[in-house]
Amino acid sequence: MDQVTLLAVERIKLFSTRSPWWCMALAMVITIGMAAVIAANTDERFPLSVPVSQGFTNFGMVVIMVMAALAVTTEYRFGTIRSTFLAAPDRVRPLLAKTTVVALLSALVGEVIAFGSWGIGRLIKPDADMALNSAAEWRNVAGTGLVFAFAAVLAVAVGILVRQTAAAVAILLVYTMLLENLIGIIPTIGPKIQRWLIGRNSDHFLTAGNESFISEGGGADQPFGPWGSLAYYAAVCVGFLVVALVVAKRRDA
Amino acid sequence: MIEAAGLTKHYGPTVAVDDLSFTVEAGRVTGFLGPNGAGKSTTMRMILGLDTPNKGQALIDGKRYSELKRPLGTVGALLDAKWVHPNRSARSHLRWLAKSNHISDKRVDEVLEMVGLTAVAKRNAGGFSLGMAQRLGIAGALLGDPKVLLFDEPVNGLDPEGIVWIRQFMHRLAADGRTVLVSSHLLSEMAQTAHELIVIGKGKLIAQTSTEQFIKDATEDNVRVRSPHAVKLRELLAGSATVTSDEVDGALVVHGLDPASIGDLAAANGIVLHELSPQRGSLEAAFMQLTKESVEYHAAES
Repeated sequence: MDQVTLLAVERIKLFSTRSPWWCMALAMVITIGMAAVIAANTDERFPLSVPVSQGFTNFGMVVIMVMAALAVTTEYRFGTIRSTFLAAPDRVRPLLAKTTVVALLSALVGEVIAFGSWGIGRLIKPDADMALNSAAEWRNVAGTGLVFAFAAVLAVAVGILVRQTAAAVAILLVYTMLLENLIGIIPTIGPKIQRWLIGRNSDHFLTAGNESFISEGGGADQPFGPWGSLAYYAAVCVGFLVVALVVAKRRDA
Repeated sequence: MIEAAGLTKHYGPTVAVDDLSFTVEAGRVTGFLGPNGAGKSTTMRMILGLDTPNKGQALIDGKRYSELKRPLGTVGALLDAKWVHPNRSARSHLRWLAKSNHISDKRVDEVLEMVGLTAVAKRNAGGFSLGMAQRLGIAGALLGDPKVLLFDEPVNGLDPEGIVWIRQFMHRLAADGRTVLVSSHLLSEMAQTAHELIVIGKGKLIAQTSTEQFIKDATEDNVRVRSPHAVKLRELLAGSATVTSDEVDGALVVHGLDPASIGDLAAANGIVLHELSPQRGSLEAAFMQLTKESVEYHAAES
């Protein structure tokens, strides 16, 4: 089976159920809504700026990760993964096709969220400095799609590995919302470990050079520059996917 | 044709399938029979490449499942009718399956028509009755117009009308020259559906034979004889058959001679007979006898 066909198959599968639509709508409404509330509450002391408008895209990313994990775990839950493997016994290629479709969709949602958050800020505070006139500012907004795409890759990998919705969602939420931040509390070694965590690196990619009152931006102690951070973050996500594909190939379906 | 050679599957210390070899020929319905837990589903999953055998292999027309270029065009399988997303319509379910093997949407509508689901094609599969779900599963198996078909317990939970429908459907598929393997734990069902039987218990092959032969071998043929001269008849029969007495009414139960020979013998010796009736053992009793050793979970005998 050629990969183009398998992409079309996964597209049909994803869009012929309602939950992906709900997840995407939820991600956009929550994040852009939050950006609107924040924009409305900025003033001269805490002025609205590009990084402030982008400060809450992680909320949308978490919802998108849930959608990506569900795209796999529901297949295990309802047994359709076995039909998939019967139709394409190679296993790796249909799973790669699924990952591609989910990642592309997540990238699209990421861009909508980023530009939506920026746009709604401009609407609410027309006088604020919201011009995208530096590479760093462009990266802060347009880079969101890339971050979302690899977050989706990671979520798909976790879904393939654990196969259960509750477990996959719990792992992803606990890690992104709690562990990433809690590890920094560990004395001495905590901050050293934290530099290498994926969320810290994806944040660094988006916020480096975009200082505002909500983020320090800089991240001087990060091991890589912004694009290096993205590459590292992407490599870890893809690494998880490779492990998941090997496991899926060897395991009884 | 399906050929299994030395298929073996362990789950930890449990041996689910143990050195199982058999062949399934084209043009007839082959029943795959065994008590629950005998390893029927595991064997089918190994044939279809979903589970990897610890030893042995299964070939479909000489190839492993994973080597098939367009698998749905060679093999159609219904392993579990519940393998559908409940919030996806019947037609969408078939569409993605079809698309994956370059099968047209026109064929999707065709198979829906064949199994009688055209009217409910747009309804979500989650709302289907078991009978409708089985039909949808069969439609999925037929999508690629395959030469080899596998059905795992397809009549489970169906009403009599559905059972008859599936039975006739399988006969038609076999009559077209296809290879049809159907599993069941009910011999009475298989006796009416299958031409050939592969019987397994505890993962091991018990018999591969024609259904007719299997029933003949498995059931004991006894003849009940009542006569006022029972004692004399018993002496005459003793040489050529085993004779026991029915404890209830004292009738003779003769094993090893057919009713005609017993009648002739009685007439030649001037013995009056009041009853001469062949007794066939029930199929289920015979099957239970045969697989008694290999049933995984016994109910406590009371």
